[in-house]
Amino acid sequence: MINLNIPFMSYRNIATMTSLALLALSILSLGFRGLNLGLDFSGGTLIEVTYSEAVDLGEIRDLMTNNGFDDFQVVNFGSDTDVLIKVADKDGSSQLGDTIFTFLQADDPSMELQRIEFVGPQVGSELRDQGGLGMLVALGMILLYVAFRFQYKFALGAVTALAHDVVIILGLFSLFAWDFDLTVLAALLAVIGYSLNDTIVVSDRIRENFRGERGFEPEEIINRSINQTLSRTLITSFTTLLVLLALYFFGGDMIRGFSEALIIGVLVGTYSSIYVVANMLLGLSITQDDLAIPEAEGVEFDEMP
Amino acid sequence: MNRFSIGTHAFILMVLAIGVIYSLPNLYPAKPAIQIAYTDSGKSADQSLLDQVSEILISKAITAESVGLKDNNIVAKFSSFDAQLAAKSALQRVLLDRAVVALNLEPSTPQWLRSIGGGPLKLGLDLSGGVHFLLEVDIESALDNRLDSLLNQYRKKFRDDRISVESSQKNDKELIFEFLSDEDYSKALKIFGDDNITSVGTALYDLQPSSIRNRVSLAYSQSAIKEIRDYAVGQNLMTLRNRVNELGVSEPIVQRQGSSRIVVELPGVQDTTAAKKIIGKTANLEFRLEAASTTSSLRKEEFDYQDERMGSAYLEKNVIVAGDRVTNASSGFDESGFAQVNISLDMQGGRAMQKATSGNIGRKLGVLFVEQKNKSILTLDENGQEVIEQTSYIEKSIISLATVQAVLGTSFRITGVGSPQEASELALLLRAGALAAPMKFVEERTVGPSLGKENIELGIRSIIIGLLSVIAFMLFYYRWFGLAANIALFANVVLITGFMSLLGATLTLPGIAGIVLTIGMAVDANVLIFSRIREELAEGKDPQTAIQEGFSRAFVTIFDANVTTLIASVVLYAIGTGPIKGFAITLSIGIITSMFTAIIGTRAIINLMYGNKNIQELRI
Repeated sequence: MINLNIPFMSYRNIATMTSLALLALSILSLGFRGLNLGLDFSGGTLIEVTYSEAVDLGEIRDLMTNNGFDDFQVVNFGSDTDVLIKVADKDGSSQLGDTIFTFLQADDPSMELQRIEFVGPQVGSELRDQGGLGMLVALGMILLYVAFRFQYKFALGAVTALAHDVVIILGLFSLFAWDFDLTVLAALLAVIGYSLNDTIVVSDRIRENFRGERGFEPEEIINRSINQTLSRTLITSFTTLLVLLALYFFGGDMIRGFSEALIIGVLVGTYSSIYVVANMLLGLSITQDDLAIPEAEGVEFDEMP
Repeated sequence: MNRFSIGTHAFILMVLAIGVIYSLPNLYPAKPAIQIAYTDSGKSADQSLLDQVSEILISKAITAESVGLKDNNIVAKFSSFDAQLAAKSALQRVLLDRAVVALNLEPSTPQWLRSIGGGPLKLGLDLSGGVHFLLEVDIESALDNRLDSLLNQYRKKFRDDRISVESSQKNDKELIFEFLSDEDYSKALKIFGDDNITSVGTALYDLQPSSIRNRVSLAYSQSAIKEIRDYAVGQNLMTLRNRVNELGVSEPIVQRQGSSRIVVELPGVQDTTAAKKIIGKTANLEFRLEAASTTSSLRKEEFDYQDERMGSAYLEKNVIVAGDRVTNASSGFDESGFAQVNISLDMQGGRAMQKATSGNIGRKLGVLFVEQKNKSILTLDENGQEVIEQTSYIEKSIISLATVQAVLGTSFRITGVGSPQEASELALLLRAGALAAPMKFVEERTVGPSLGKENIELGIRSIIIGLLSVIAFMLFYYRWFGLAANIALFANVVLITGFMSLLGATLTLPGIAGIVLTIGMAVDANVLIFSRIREELAEGKDPQTAIQEGFSRAFVTIFDANVTTLIASVVLYAIGTGPIKGFAITLSIGIITSMFTAIIGTRAIINLMYGNKNIQELRI
């Protein structure tokens, strides 16, 4: 057993700076570049096909142009025999995918269809609204639960930590122009769950130590709590990362965005459960009185006259 | 100390047994099978069809593992895919149009498992391959149609009752009537008042009479609109079910989603274009008389023929019968060998047709084909950016205009419909019942069968690799305690599979990701407990007390942490569709089972290892 005593809280100003810088960068990127919305949210048509041998993307692009398409993307997907074609939504026609498949197949009959996806513009914008709303509802409900189980300062800390994680992941997706689709949204909600898990474990220990030992500075207690839970935090993050890496490398291309978001989420979430909550608690000047176990207000029965 | 009672052990074993039993069906591979159903969706497969199928198979010397009735179908299972294909073509050649013969994969779950409700996990479309469509029912145009026919209905009523109408017209979503005399005005108001009730007793119309110019405006009330919408969606749902049935797909899903959308999922469908052609024909039909040369231009409309070479013709505005009154249709040949379509209408449709044709023998009756199409134009939005604005419009074209030879009733035929193929395609659409309102595709996802298979393989591979690496790490780091955690972890995977199969939940690719994620996170509870035990030991407590304290003190934390994750996954379930819902389900089930295995399961194993023993030193 290693007894760690890292003075986490003495670095808290650096951590605050780092967090703020990352947040600012994320928000700037989100503001200026926006998210590279996947088909689920942008609407449009996507078609994935597999050729029997490596294929020249330029040729496919020419084919597309010759068939009257101008706003489209042709990229390899996973391997150089797999081709993904995305067509921006033009007339919301669900026939587009079939049309493209037909002339591609006419050009090379050995080619095989993997999938066609069409999302109408209205459905896309609905999913966008629902997704955004879902995040807010999840955060709101968690805020309530933590406030109910702990105390509002913890709830604020926890939700700040979650918002911090979510914004940074969104920022990275925006910065690197990774596709943001429904599976990534699912990953974000899973990150919320995961990061909260971490946060609660740390908060729980802080609460316990605040209640158990009197006469210490809040900073000292928080620091001790973080050290006590550190090995658990790291081990859990490590095992979760293990499975996520398995998913990233072996799970196939359709699930890659999901694993990416979660891997970043676990890393950022681990950091935020150490620093963000603690920082918030100190910022809100938590005291031992905040966490005193409320004395049960005994119900008194008066004898009936 | 640290012993569970026999009751607790029995409970753990029972939960585990349920998990194992209901996971078992997933180990039996699916068998190639054929599903046979009558083309007429109203007819269930019976003994005579069963006998016939068996006979055909015997005559072709194809051996089936089993042939039997299942739900409304006949299912024949085969030992090889070759036999399955041979059987399909043999059956199709004999049964022809009478029955739909579809390739299928049937689970080979043993009888004793099936009898207790066991079955393999359902696979989502992203794993099984297939098509997912989301269709939107165009309520606006259903309402518009209703208003049109309402207008005609009142005009006729007023004519019959000798009420003189100064003007009557449809204006956007309301009808406006003006009357010459006060007397006629009050008579009309009474007629409207009498009609003003829906089948559920609420007001049918929003009536706004105004004595100035004796004018009444009439619009459908909110409750009437809701009723019309429910009717249209319900009718379209039924029509789609019939159409899907004609495709012969096993376990299709046709469901209403929200107020005016319909989800169609066809697992395993390989020829998606054909499926789309049948389902996506957002066709409706209208029977109208050809306008006489004397008909006022207000009462007639000009339509093009579907066959461009034919030009156009004028039809009356009044719709005699729409496609929703069609009960059956089939294609055949007339006396001179040309293709024809035989049509049957329901009673109400038959009466209307009889009334309309009785005075009009010798005039022509037109059949209009109504299709919804999309058009887009470039416009400027509020920021001055060019955006594409989409409008859908309805195209009506004449598919047949034939002379009425006799008074038509509930059954009649249309000749001159083109080639036999065109006739049978038209009959198919008519037979499947026309739509009460046009529909359009708002979402479509097609997954090829090979991609589905690849997704399963990759998914299972990542589960195994993830599981093995976590197991290795836990063993290395916690030794004997790690072993206990690993057994619990393995039990957790079995429980997730078992409960998902039992609940009939659908496994999707994100669902597999959910299982992988659960594996990573499930050990968290154990890590928390073990770290706690280490701390207790470091404080100098004896091993038995340390184990006791470790478990009980970690419990609250584990509980809080899991409840919050559960909240996130419930929200995810609420907002997500298809595959994402699958992720939310596996994650939720995983959280619950992992709490059980990690807390109670691990405790049981540790108790068995250390309980009631005199341990001097605990290596953890």
